[in-house]
Amino acid sequence: MDFALNEQQKMLRKITREFAEEYLAPVAEESDKNSKLDEKAFQKMKEMNYFGTCIPEEYGGAGLHDDTISTSIITEEIGRVDASWSITTGVHCSVCAYPIYKFGTEDQRQRFLIDLAKGNKVGAFCLTEANAGSDAGGVQLGAVKDGDEWILNGSKIFATNGGISKTLLVVAKTGEKGSRKELTIFIVDTDTLGYSVGVKEDKLGVRASNTSELVFQDVHVPQENILGKTGEGFKLSMKILDFGRISIAAQCVGLGQAALEASIKYSNERVQFGQPIGRFQGIQWKIADMACAVESGRLLTYKAAYMCDNGMDYGLASAMAKLVASEAAMKAAHSAVQIHGGYGLMKAYAVERYFRDAKMGEIYEGTSEIQRLVIANQLLRRGASIL
Amino acid sequence: MKIFVCVKQVPAVAEVRIDPKTNTLVREGIPSIMNPYDKNAIELALTIKEEREAEVIAISMGPPQASEVLREALAMGVDKAFLLTDKAFAGADTLATSYTLSLAIKNILKESRDKKEYLVILGAQAIDGDTGQVGPELAEELKIPQITYVQKFELKQEKIVVERVFRKEEVVIIEAKLPALLSVLKEINNPRHPTLSGIVDAYSKKDVVILSANELKPNKRKIGLNGSMTEVWKIFIPERKEDQIIIKGTNEEIAQELCRNLRNDKIL
Amino acid sequence: MSIFIDDELCTGCGNCVENCVFSGVEIIDDKAIITENCAFCGACLDVCPVNAILIESEEFKGDKIDLSQYRGVWVIAEHYQNIIHPVAFQLLGKGAELAKELEVNLTFVILGADFDDQLDKISLYGPDQIIYIKSPILKHYYSDLYVEALTDLINENKPEIILIGATPTGRDFAPRIAKRLNAGLTADCTGLEIDQNTRNLLQTRPTFGGTLMATILTPNSRPQMATVRPGIFQSPEKMKKNTEIKKIEYNFKEKDLVSKIVKVIDREKSTINLEEAEIIVAGGRGVGSKENFKMIEELAEVLGAELGGSRVTVELNWLDQDRQIGQTGKTVSPKLYIACGISGAIQHLVGMQNSEIIVAINKDRKAPIFKVAHYGIIGDLHEIVPVLIEEIKKIKNEE
Repeated sequence: MDFALNEQQKMLRKITREFAEEYLAPVAEESDKNSKLDEKAFQKMKEMNYFGTCIPEEYGGAGLHDDTISTSIITEEIGRVDASWSITTGVHCSVCAYPIYKFGTEDQRQRFLIDLAKGNKVGAFCLTEANAGSDAGGVQLGAVKDGDEWILNGSKIFATNGGISKTLLVVAKTGEKGSRKELTIFIVDTDTLGYSVGVKEDKLGVRASNTSELVFQDVHVPQENILGKTGEGFKLSMKILDFGRISIAAQCVGLGQAALEASIKYSNERVQFGQPIGRFQGIQWKIADMACAVESGRLLTYKAAYMCDNGMDYGLASAMAKLVASEAAMKAAHSAVQIHGGYGLMKAYAVERYFRDAKMGEIYEGTSEIQRLVIANQLLRRGASIL
Repeated sequence: MKIFVCVKQVPAVAEVRIDPKTNTLVREGIPSIMNPYDKNAIELALTIKEEREAEVIAISMGPPQASEVLREALAMGVDKAFLLTDKAFAGADTLATSYTLSLAIKNILKESRDKKEYLVILGAQAIDGDTGQVGPELAEELKIPQITYVQKFELKQEKIVVERVFRKEEVVIIEAKLPALLSVLKEINNPRHPTLSGIVDAYSKKDVVILSANELKPNKRKIGLNGSMTEVWKIFIPERKEDQIIIKGTNEEIAQELCRNLRNDKIL
Repeated sequence: MSIFIDDELCTGCGNCVENCVFSGVEIIDDKAIITENCAFCGACLDVCPVNAILIESEEFKGDKIDLSQYRGVWVIAEHYQNIIHPVAFQLLGKGAELAKELEVNLTFVILGADFDDQLDKISLYGPDQIIYIKSPILKHYYSDLYVEALTDLINENKPEIILIGATPTGRDFAPRIAKRLNAGLTADCTGLEIDQNTRNLLQTRPTFGGTLMATILTPNSRPQMATVRPGIFQSPEKMKKNTEIKKIEYNFKEKDLVSKIVKVIDREKSTINLEEAEIIVAGGRGVGSKENFKMIEELAEVLGAELGGSRVTVELNWLDQDRQIGQTGKTVSPKLYIACGISGAIQHLVGMQNSEIIVAINKDRKAPIFKVAHYGIIGDLHEIVPVLIEEIKKIKNEE
């Protein structure tokens, strides 16, 4: 077992960190306030290939589609500086571009991946509806066959990147067998008649990331745009979410790391009662607990990534990673605010934003409760020796 | 046309400090980085490459760990990278370093057709040694003209036109024919970050070639400690002020006390 | 080449460990072992009581020059718009000290087109000899011409020490000459001394960004070359002197030029002269805003002082770049330096720690500036500076 990162991974971390500190950090606060990603940063992210991490080089990507540890490191470093950015590229890469690469036909890859890799088109994965959150099977948006096209009707809510996307993976109901719904994933180009963006949500956290309602009114989608096969939608969605969970876990690790770093710095600098507060045990316990939580999340994330890259069954691992990392980020951010005392409540200090961003991580991309169900189901079915 | 860029791995000196308890250099957590000025040099080389056919070759003399900065250069877009490393090269001052670098350049040029037109670019100085001497000394070894402290560059046909800084109020435009050597200031450009594909390529498609004394066949008297005319006699921590007076009191008292002291010191 | 500890001689006394700044040696099982951090500086050799430490390198064969043939201290000047850069005179000041100790002559070397009427003025600064290489083409600085003419001159006259200003010009030709002569060159020296026993020049300079100082020797080569920043040493008092003038008319032709000067862009000459100022008042991040700098300016005014600042004040556009003091700015050594709201990061200290008297005003008692300050005031500069200005005005009125 080798816990060491290789040279390439170390350089990816170093360069991403330097890049994020130079271009993303200075505008993070402003972007959060305005609920909008910075234009200049967007350009730079595109130039640097951050929209193409999970896409092979032949389609213009960075070629790290088989190296999930590397892409996790990248997401972690971006998340350490701005969670809104890491969820934007994280979702774009892991649950839109990557599935098209992994499950799509060569024709679909050619048609969609090149623009996605360059960031010229942003991607999104649309599953959640008003009546289908944790109960993903409750999808109601329907697709009806008409010749060699399908007509989509319905709406999706809470779509990350929704309002700025050009390429969507839409989970639609294409049939019903008794109580069981038949789901299919369609690749939808938003430049289609009948598609519109509805409400843009004003959120608690990751505010600069776009979260929107998407409305489909008689949107025609060609047969060639079905990802996988008709009726495979549920199965594919589960696989896509398994993979996406690693990305969201990585983002939470980065966020937790940021909260930890801020806490350490503050504890060493803030003097009260004649000494830096880091000398007091109460603060020390918090720092220790935060660090253990974040590091646990990190190790689980890397393990899930490793299993994915080596063709192993990683659904359990990625659920554990997401659960632990997101709860670690929340714990770290919570402690960070507490350690900062009054200053932690002020917008001038980043920990306030970490706190709000971390809360999002416990709910989106599968709530902590759902992760627990996934984990428990696997263990109860197959026994603890699968760990 | 070949463009050689000499790069150096240095400690991040801004973070170097002395542990007052043990009186030693605090080594933990001080990262090794590419000398910042070298990034400007690489950026210039890559910009020239974007405008005309050129091969950019990065060279560094150092311990095996220095291959990290050469990888970073490859990730930025440099075509080839060579690490000159050997126990025999260690302990070199700028004279020995410039000699060793010149051997590598001559070696690489030997194999190429266009020996005449090449460019050597360096950063104006390294942040650990701060001498700025390797550039001119290397130019002398190669017997080519040097232009140091360049803040602007243009390549016209077969000559270069640069702006050299002498002082804030005196900037001179100089022309020279190739081959030539330049040392560049930070003002000359904004170095690019390596892109992700650049980093992936640096490890999968490109490589750092190691050149030791075996390959370079140097004159043993001109490398390493032997080739160094400057010797470090001692290194010490600058003394701290012992007899310091902290002036206390109300603002008025402080002002008066200070002025009284300065009068005694015959300053006021 | 390697560093080597003789196990049998080593007593494990630990002197080497105590004197090693790099943690390059440690004691394991009562014997000293060299670690990978060793920087080959040799400090441990000097303090080992049993001479157990050796730096092994091939014997310096052949090419050993006869050091006794080299005598004399030289200062090489640079100029622009026919004005000699003041650093040359500062080096004459230090050069005279060195020449006196070595009992040799002090020579001032200038390459130019039109300095005939300045030679008398130069001799007032005390050189025993002025060598003036004259040619119309030397109106401007040319890298290759300086190197060629000076190398010839040095080979002919064999000076043992050469001092050059560490300016973009000096740092351009000095290394090339050093390489041509295979001579040791030390850049940016802040201290120069003679070792009486060997006549070697001890050249001290900051290293590692100023955190450490290094003293360098060039025992096996001549001339010993050093560049020195403007503002480190002081020009000597002017004196009457019988200076020998040696004029050499060099015949450079246009075709000798390897590179050609196309145009000289003359910008506004700065009237700010921090390097010669006697009193400097400087502000740092603690001043807080461009507005607040007005009180620092006022303090400078009542003291008849020059105004300066740390790097961050220039980056924030509170001050012009001309006023920047520090590693990437100017080096100064005034009689009095008042640092207001400057934390004293190494990069700034390197530019002003040679000041005769340093006063520091800072809210943070742990600020590194207090390590070099002669008078330290821990408090809010916004409150103290106005009061200080009043007090000084009062004193000046009394006079």
